[in-house]
Amino acid sequence: MVAVTLFGSIRAHADGQAQVEVQATTFKELLDRLVEQYPGMRPQIDRGVSVAIDGLVYKEAWFAPIKPESEVVLLPYMQGG
Amino acid sequence: MDTGTKARVFKQVGTRPARPDGVDKVTGRAMYGADMVAPGMLTGRILRSPHAHAQIVSIDTSAAEAMPGVKAVVTGKDLIAQDNDFMRDIQENVLAMGKALYDGHAVAAVAAVDAATAKAALKAITVTYKQLPHVTDVDAAMKADAPIVQAGRSLETVPKGMSANVTNQCEFGHGDLATGFAKADLVLERSFTTAATHQGYIEPHACLVSATADGKADIWCCTQGHYNVRAVCAALSGMEGSQIRVTASEIGGGFGGKTAVFIEPVALALSRKSGRPVKIVMTRDEVFKATGPTVTTSMDVKIGMTKAGRITAGQAILRYSGGAFPTGTVEMGASAAFAAYDLDAVHTLGWNVLTNRPKEAAYRAPGAPQAIYAVESVVDELCQQLNLDPLDVRLKNAAKKGTLSSYGPTFDDIGLVATLEAAKKHPHYSAPLGKNQGRGLSAGFWFNFGGNTSVSMTVNTDGTVSVAEGNPDIGGSRASISLMAAEELGIGYDKIRTIIADTASLGHNDITDGSRVTFSVGLATIHAARDVIKKMCHRAARMWGIDDDAVEWKDGAAVPAGDNAGKFPPMPLAEIAASSHQTGGPLAGHHEFTADGAGVSFGVHLCDVEVDPETGMTTVLRYTVFQDAGKAVHPDYVEGQMQGGAVQGIGWALNEEYIYGADGRLQNAGFLDYRVPVASDLPKIDTVILEIPNPGHPYGVRGVGETPIVPPLAALSNAMSHAIGKRLHSLPMSPPRILKVLSEG
Amino acid sequence: MKSIHVATQINGDAVEFVCAPDEPLLDVLRNRLGLTGAKEGCGTGDCGACTVTLNGRMVCSCLVLGAEVDGAEITTIEGMAAEGELHPLQQAFIDHAALQCGVCTPGILVAAKNLLDHNPNPSDTELRYWLAGNLCRCTGYDKIIAAVQDAAHKMRTA
Repeated sequence: MVAVTLFGSIRAHADGQAQVEVQATTFKELLDRLVEQYPGMRPQIDRGVSVAIDGLVYKEAWFAPIKPESEVVLLPYMQGG
Repeated sequence: MDTGTKARVFKQVGTRPARPDGVDKVTGRAMYGADMVAPGMLTGRILRSPHAHAQIVSIDTSAAEAMPGVKAVVTGKDLIAQDNDFMRDIQENVLAMGKALYDGHAVAAVAAVDAATAKAALKAITVTYKQLPHVTDVDAAMKADAPIVQAGRSLETVPKGMSANVTNQCEFGHGDLATGFAKADLVLERSFTTAATHQGYIEPHACLVSATADGKADIWCCTQGHYNVRAVCAALSGMEGSQIRVTASEIGGGFGGKTAVFIEPVALALSRKSGRPVKIVMTRDEVFKATGPTVTTSMDVKIGMTKAGRITAGQAILRYSGGAFPTGTVEMGASAAFAAYDLDAVHTLGWNVLTNRPKEAAYRAPGAPQAIYAVESVVDELCQQLNLDPLDVRLKNAAKKGTLSSYGPTFDDIGLVATLEAAKKHPHYSAPLGKNQGRGLSAGFWFNFGGNTSVSMTVNTDGTVSVAEGNPDIGGSRASISLMAAEELGIGYDKIRTIIADTASLGHNDITDGSRVTFSVGLATIHAARDVIKKMCHRAARMWGIDDDAVEWKDGAAVPAGDNAGKFPPMPLAEIAASSHQTGGPLAGHHEFTADGAGVSFGVHLCDVEVDPETGMTTVLRYTVFQDAGKAVHPDYVEGQMQGGAVQGIGWALNEEYIYGADGRLQNAGFLDYRVPVASDLPKIDTVILEIPNPGHPYGVRGVGETPIVPPLAALSNAMSHAIGKRLHSLPMSPPRILKVLSEG
Repeated sequence: MKSIHVATQINGDAVEFVCAPDEPLLDVLRNRLGLTGAKEGCGTGDCGACTVTLNGRMVCSCLVLGAEVDGAEITTIEGMAAEGELHPLQQAFIDHAALQCGVCTPGILVAAKNLLDHNPNPSDTELRYWLAGNLCRCTGYDKIIAAVQDAAHKMRTA
């Protein structure tokens, strides 16, 4: 199980919790499990989210590994210019 | 991967060799988007809506089609209907479908034998419009009675009851605001507005598209992302991506504005219909009206501070409008707003709102300059009222390694404190000031990205190396890529030629944006070099008759690894290359990956201004940029980004704005009235590069291109307030606005 | 409209062309003569990317008609490097990294050379005001000023 920090607008789908526990060892597992546990998150996650794992931001990296003690933060899908 | 960033002594990275495209550019030989020609080429021109908001009742192209010299006419119907919102918005922006959504929205296009005929053909197209009420102000667009720009575009994040123009709501932060504000000795709440601005690249968008009867197409265009051009053209035309080959020309400026696709799908449709190459070049007027300016914003910021200068709580409410199509830029602003601070209680809330304006595109760090302008202005005002030194307050509250950032993740090694300390001990900070003069500072931040990258590296039999990468060079990256290849291979910079390959020649590359190229392409280049080094060591091992693992690479040559491997003199790259056809074939390395581990980049700007109380004119007297580059691969080009971004920010703060009339039309679609800084407006822009290595890159590289546009807005505003004793809360701070504030006593 | 025949001198070579009466010199250079060094940034004389010299005077070629240059002497960026050797200004721009995207560079080089032709020792202020008609969006002008002054110094002491 790993603790996942959610950003404000997505917390509503997890009963307002800022952090939830998820069973996941990769980026893709994390998003799949989140959508299973909190179906209200599906539209946002389908649109795209980034995930910061121990401070590194991944935009789309299905097999990026997540350890149980990793800091995992959901972020909006980042864009630059 | 062994990053080995600590205590590494670089031989070539960090030097300042000449850039490979320099001679071409100073002699006029370099080929930009509008410089290419093809036999039988037609001139394409686009017809645009003169109304801010209108139903397109009908388009009659028959007279234009019948005109001698006109070879094709297209409208929105000629593009393939898209099945997802993202592509449908691009399609509709490229050519309107049923509604004109902003002044300048493309409605139809022609291809003719020359420009004069094309212009006449446009006049011969009859469009029947039914004008609709329009809205161009972000706050007005949120009201219950506002004209609706597009219905049904609100995401599930938007609460019920908000105007249908509100397409998205986002929220970030942690901690308890009420407790935080209660702890403060002074709480200030201020509201700000910023006008839309444009990247102002000197080269208008231009392309030459040649479609053939057997279903292929070649596109030449100026773009920050030719793979993206391919994808969009494929989707909008129904062609397969592999049948479209896009070559990126030299680009005359982008800054984010050329990440979006506007004219290539139109030229492709015209070329397919006419059977001839079609060149479209935007006029300056079209660039301002119908490409991608920034968002326009309205913001409320509330910050609490103790007498000792500790920030106890920060809140920002952001209303951004990215024009007539939904955009996510407010999320970037809401994430970045308080990123420079270590806060117990922080909260940002943002909305994106539709208005009848062109579809926003990125301008350096999209969304961050505006939000950070507001936050840094309030922090500065708190310092003024509490009589605290603004730099000391920044240092007291600065985010560092281990800080829980305002947008979520915990920071690793970052350079904010280093830039603040460098600013504090710089002579600029303590230089004396005179009458009507003021000094201001601001911190700034950008995330920086990695992304999908493919690089190929060939070792030629003459001992030179060719590097093919897929990211258009907007800041001197070819020189930096060559430097990194030279460093890794251990050969001279002059032995390496880096080119930008077309879409048929390399795997996918994400757009040149997010300050990602020196980082991602550099990282891929290093990997590709290590790949070819491994192969060259193998060749040497074969020639020496020893095992592969008995050979290593040192100073540009294969050498035996240790005494037991055998006594062989070093075999330099050139020697291995010369016999490569006899030892196994051509030598090459490559690397394809999604780069992660991009490091954030912090900057601090110091600025002195003098305001003439009679005219309201502001002179920038002195300007210093401090920025963390991680590792400056080519210091000239890092300085160039810092100076260029700072000057864009100065223009943004003092003069640049999109001015809309009551009719919803853009009033200043040219460089005369959209006034960007000229050489005589400016002092020298001094630069101080800090290097706090990014642990995610073997050389410590951080992106640098976007951060420099973030601090100038508040740095100028804060300097102004110290010069005139009053604060403006709206950008730009142009002379009429300054005079008004001064006259209000 | 009837085309007009023009005979002129460009970068020291005799050149003839035909053009429409309302055709700007910039279009003639780029579309008829293959001299694409001058760029169209705005078409209205505001950006200076199309700068050339006309009888020794620096002009925006988008504001000059092709028909107007009959019998005149024009120089463009293509004429700056004598027989393949870079002019000191061109070399200085490379040495000082005074260009990034490079699209304003031809115009700025022509303008800078025009200044140094009649004022070989300008102050920074004089130089900045002379170049005020040439927009650069990439560099912030800093390295451009340094490059021109370095070239001016080298030319004075050559």
